[in-house]
Amino acid sequence: MSTDRDSKHRANNEVTFSDAVVKEAASDFSFDSEQRDLSMSVSQYLSKLRSGDLGAWPALLAITVLCLIFGLSRSSTFVTITNFGNLLQQAAPIIVIAMAVSFVLLLGEIDLSAGFSAGVAAAVLAVRLQSSWNLGFSILAAAAVALLLGLFTGLLVARVGIPSFVVTLANFLSFQGILLELVKDGGNVRIENPAISAIENKNLSVGLSWAFGIIVAVVFAFSVLRKQRSSGGTVPLSLAFVKIGLVTAGALTFTAILAQNRALPAAKENGIKLVGVPYAVPLVMILVIVVTFVLTRTRYGRHLYAVGGNQEAARRAGINVARIRTSAFAVCGLLAGVGGAFLASRLNSVDSNTGGSQTLLLAVGAAVIGGTSLFGGKGRMLNAVLGGLVLALIPNGLGLVGKAKVFGVWRVDFSTSGVNFIVSGLVLLVAASVDAISRKRTVS
Amino acid sequence: MSGKLLHREAKGAKVSEPDPIFEMFKINKSFGPVHVLHDIDFQVHPGKVTALIGDNGAGKSTLVKCVTGIYGIDSGSMAFEGNPVTIHGPKDAAALGIEVVYQDLALCENLDIVQNLFLGRERTKSGLLDEREMERLTRETLSSLSVRTVKSVRQQVSSLSGGQRQTVAIAKAVLWNSKVVLLDEPTAALGVAQTKQVLDLVRNLADRGLGVVLISHNMNDVIQVADRVCAMYLGRVAADVPITKETRREFLVELITSGQSGNVGLREAEEVTI
Repeated sequence: MSTDRDSKHRANNEVTFSDAVVKEAASDFSFDSEQRDLSMSVSQYLSKLRSGDLGAWPALLAITVLCLIFGLSRSSTFVTITNFGNLLQQAAPIIVIAMAVSFVLLLGEIDLSAGFSAGVAAAVLAVRLQSSWNLGFSILAAAAVALLLGLFTGLLVARVGIPSFVVTLANFLSFQGILLELVKDGGNVRIENPAISAIENKNLSVGLSWAFGIIVAVVFAFSVLRKQRSSGGTVPLSLAFVKIGLVTAGALTFTAILAQNRALPAAKENGIKLVGVPYAVPLVMILVIVVTFVLTRTRYGRHLYAVGGNQEAARRAGINVARIRTSAFAVCGLLAGVGGAFLASRLNSVDSNTGGSQTLLLAVGAAVIGGTSLFGGKGRMLNAVLGGLVLALIPNGLGLVGKAKVFGVWRVDFSTSGVNFIVSGLVLLVAASVDAISRKRTVS
Repeated sequence: MSGKLLHREAKGAKVSEPDPIFEMFKINKSFGPVHVLHDIDFQVHPGKVTALIGDNGAGKSTLVKCVTGIYGIDSGSMAFEGNPVTIHGPKDAAALGIEVVYQDLALCENLDIVQNLFLGRERTKSGLLDEREMERLTRETLSSLSVRTVKSVRQQVSSLSGGQRQTVAIAKAVLWNSKVVLLDEPTAALGVAQTKQVLDLVRNLADRGLGVVLISHNMNDVIQVADRVCAMYLGRVAADVPITKETRREFLVELITSGQSGNVGLREAEEVTI
């Protein structure tokens, strides 16, 4: 404990803070200085869970339960490496747009137009590429349009003061209109650029896949050890090693699975190889890391959470609330635009429904299922990833389950959109309930 | 019109006091036809707790908002450390070293103590948040305020008790080397033990040399912790007297409810016009 502050007090007034007093007082932040071992850390974590701060667990639980159900009922198709690769590619666009929406959810706002922001960006990208702009300029154009759409929404919400629900409901229509104009009614713009099409359709080579898996494990290990060292003993070294061990094992298993040829048997016979980690995985991971870094390590991120938690407090602390709110919508637009590139790549084309139908609802749902609060101020980018996986699992699994007998009585065709929508809706409701209930617990 | 003060003759006891750190002279403020503040004279002394009491509508809140520049004044002047100043907004007040802890505390419940204390003024190292430095300064500030009940400076504010939240809000106000702190009913919603905790902290602030203004409806708190009391009645200062061992609760209550008590307070004739 430095004494320069103390000596300043002594100079300012006659009252002296004897070092003894300061030391005694300092010892009261017991929790911050307590040397913990593994079991103490675990029990402390459990008590945090009990207090209603569930973190990523509900989403992880949902993933496990869904995998068990689908795996047990259709192990021959669901539990295959082919499907594993598919699943990751199906989840990627949802995850990216969920990350976009998370920015405004953190403020307790909503962006209903994010799906069509993605669609418009995808259309701009496709149309520019078709009129043979080079890739870089096309991407820039798409990104600029996406950013401007978000900025437009943000200015209307933060400066004019229209509720975000109304602004983005209106934009939901007008952005859809822009999309229609770009692709010309009922039309369809093909993506022929190999780079864009690779995002959702190609894989890293086997060598690069392994390099990727190892880099992930090493980077994670470094960040955990760094945190452990700066914690001054409150995080036990053993806990750090347990974490590193689990993540390393996970990353290597993940890579090992995807490093095998997962082409369907018929295709395999024709000599087609489908190996390696899909490009979408490292791309999403980089996005998650960059955005998480901005949210947790910069003043901007801190102010975003503050405005989401208590606007009045943020304003009194000298934060420019209107600017933060505007920027959140702008970032949401930009990230949605990135999601648009994923959507375009997935279908290799952009049509009037890109980013439409349930895209937005799935994105919001993914964020909420992952644990991002609709009330603002709470949420992480990792939530969007887990939530996105849950919502990609549902149609994937249901489609593969297909026709089945429930309790040996009813014959149900699980592969229909109807069942898919109903199940997705129910999962979303469960997630929203978990959010509301855990919020109640932490408040009371 | 001017409400003549009788307290100096009345109390007599003239202790050599340090010069006021913040003074207001003959402040007037009207909202349309409603004259809310009449020729208010108000001083804050370094190292002293000045209680500001008065019934609802007496003008306490308006006075505080004039101090922080949220309301402009119609006439009158202010001086900080002997120099005349004009305050046009909370930023001016903060620049002088005047901080207000409002009743609603203005804390972000979703953030932890460190994040709240440094909100809007985060320490950075090469562009990134310097969490360790902020944590260290938080512990230092809280210990120097003798705050002992917080287990971790990384606790979310939503998990803190009312008294602890009040403490965090006060710590936030004094973290920036402020010289005058105005506390708006800091004990209003607290239990007995927490009230004591916060009052100790209020005393502690004054002992550190800050000028503390305590706005309170609780006369026991005022008598317990304040050095002076400034009683307002219908927009006037009814009395500005030191608190001594003889100061009785009834005396203060009378000042609040009728603007006078014994030979202290507003003269009969002067209270007719509002």
